[in-house]
Amino acid sequence: MQKTRRTFLKYAGVSVLGLAAMPAVKAAASYVPHQVHEKPDPRELHAKRWAMVIDTRRLNSDEDMKPLIDACHKEHNVPKIDGPQEVKWLWTDTMHAVFPEQSGEFQHAELEHKNFLLLCNHCYNPPCVRVCPTKATFKLQNGITMMDMHRCIGCRFCMAACPYGARSFNFKNPRPFLDEAAQNPEYPTRMRGVVEKCTFCSERLEKGQKPACVEASKGALLFGDLADPNSEVRKALKENYSIVRKPGLGTQPSVYYII
Amino acid sequence: MYDGSKILAGLIVFLALVTFPFWNNFGAKEWKQPELKLPPKEVATQCIESKEYMREQHMKILDDWRDQVVREGKRIYIAKRDHKEYQMSLQNTCMKCHDDKEKFCDKCHTTASVSPYCWDCHIAPKAKGN
Ligand code: HEC
Ligand code: HEC
Ligand code: HEC
Repeated sequence: MQKTRRTFLKYAGVSVLGLAAMPAVKAAASYVPHQVHEKPDPRELHAKRWAMVIDTRRLNSDEDMKPLIDACHKEHNVPKIDGPQEVKWLWTDTMHAVFPEQSGEFQHAELEHKNFLLLCNHCYNPPCVRVCPTKATFKLQNGITMMDMHRCIGCRFCMAACPYGARSFNFKNPRPFLDEAAQNPEYPTRMRGVVEKCTFCSERLEKGQKPACVEASKGALLFGDLADPNSEVRKALKENYSIVRKPGLGTQPSVYYII
Repeated sequence: MYDGSKILAGLIVFLALVTFPFWNNFGAKEWKQPELKLPPKEVATQCIESKEYMREQHMKILDDWRDQVVREGKRIYIAKRDHKEYQMSLQNTCMKCHDDKEKFCDKCHTTASVSPYCWDCHIAPKAKGN
């Protein structure tokens, strides 16, 4: 067959038509029966970017905060180790440690001597995820900064990268530091040589439950979707003055503090 | 003079050493399928997939499950055989039926010389005799 400009243009036209039909073909293909063997739990709670708002006005003393910490640590089998080898998912610290940039020399007396609740900030722009060499820590679709214990090699780059001290290293086998009777048999422990942190209770969210600390907080912690302007957390942020930890670093934390 | 006798003796010693594993195993007991403690009839009569499939593929299933759960957020497994749904969980699914790890998983693994490190973190249930 002779290759004239006319036949070339014909073929080109047909190819372009074919490309244009691609989405339709793909859509049709998804209706053809096929078997998927894994699916999400239908009870799962959905969000584009999970976030927490901590109403510090309602969390004043250690008695206010301890039940939340206990609920978290019991749920996730977090060992109780004192000293520098401590492992923590949810903890407290002082004004100057938590908000070093926001506090001047002299402070409101009440705030100055108050402890604040701390956890992983599930940053929008997380430095820990950038440095992890094995993708053991990564972002889930719903904004959670997740830990995959199966991939963690214990290099601790993420701990160096995290400006909030939200990560703990297991210097030793955590099992002896867990009360065996109080263990949660539904959740794993960790082993020596891995890093761990708060996961925003992704295992609970996927079964339709709010995080353990939120449930124990009697409304002092709000949990919701930061990407949804009508969510509980966005409403609370609209109506109250709030701050985040170390905003100057550009990590864009998803944990807000109402002062 | 080539020391023929010494070379010959050396060769015999060498051959004896090289073939030692074969001699040593003569008359040893042949490998037997370990006897496993299966869940009692009232707990379950079948596994997630067929018995043969489980024997060959359980490590692959578990490996897929942990990625699906932790990384993809999918928690439900639909069995290939009968489309029954299971939570993808080592502690909350496998070990609910096979709750005597020592008489089931370990027994097989010991004979096969595998020791999965999963139990450093995952909590094995207290055996109820299933
Ligand atoms: C619903 C209860 C149940 C669950 C859940 C279950 N099993 Fe089983 N499993 C059984 C039963 C019953 C058998 C015996 C099947 C038979 O004899 O046909 C079995 C057999 C097996 C076998 C083959 C044993 C042999 O005789 O060679 C393996 C391996 C196994 N299971 C591993 C697992 C793993 C791994 C999981 C989790 C992914 C799991 N099972 C989850 C009930 C269960
Ligand atoms: C029928 C015997 C048998 C039974 C029963 C059995 N396993 Fe296994 N399992 C094996 C063998 C053999 C291997 C090694 C396969 C290989 O190396 O390719 C293995 C490997 C594994 C691995 C991967 C180990 C690794 O280092 O990669 C895991 C995880 C595992 N088994 C979990 C279980 C659990 C959990 C149970 C009990 C619910 C169980 N197995 C019961 C025979 C068995
Ligand atoms: C360093 C600790 C650690 C080790 C070692 C470990 N896991 Fe996990 N595993 C976890 C944690 C933490 C989760 C998250 C549980 C959740 O989100 O519900 C998990 C989740 C899982 C899940 C899905 C959820 C569930 O409840 O089971 C499977 C399946 C699993 N692991 C299998 C394995 C297997 C198989 C091995 C061994 C080859 C292993 N894991 C070794 C810590 C560990």
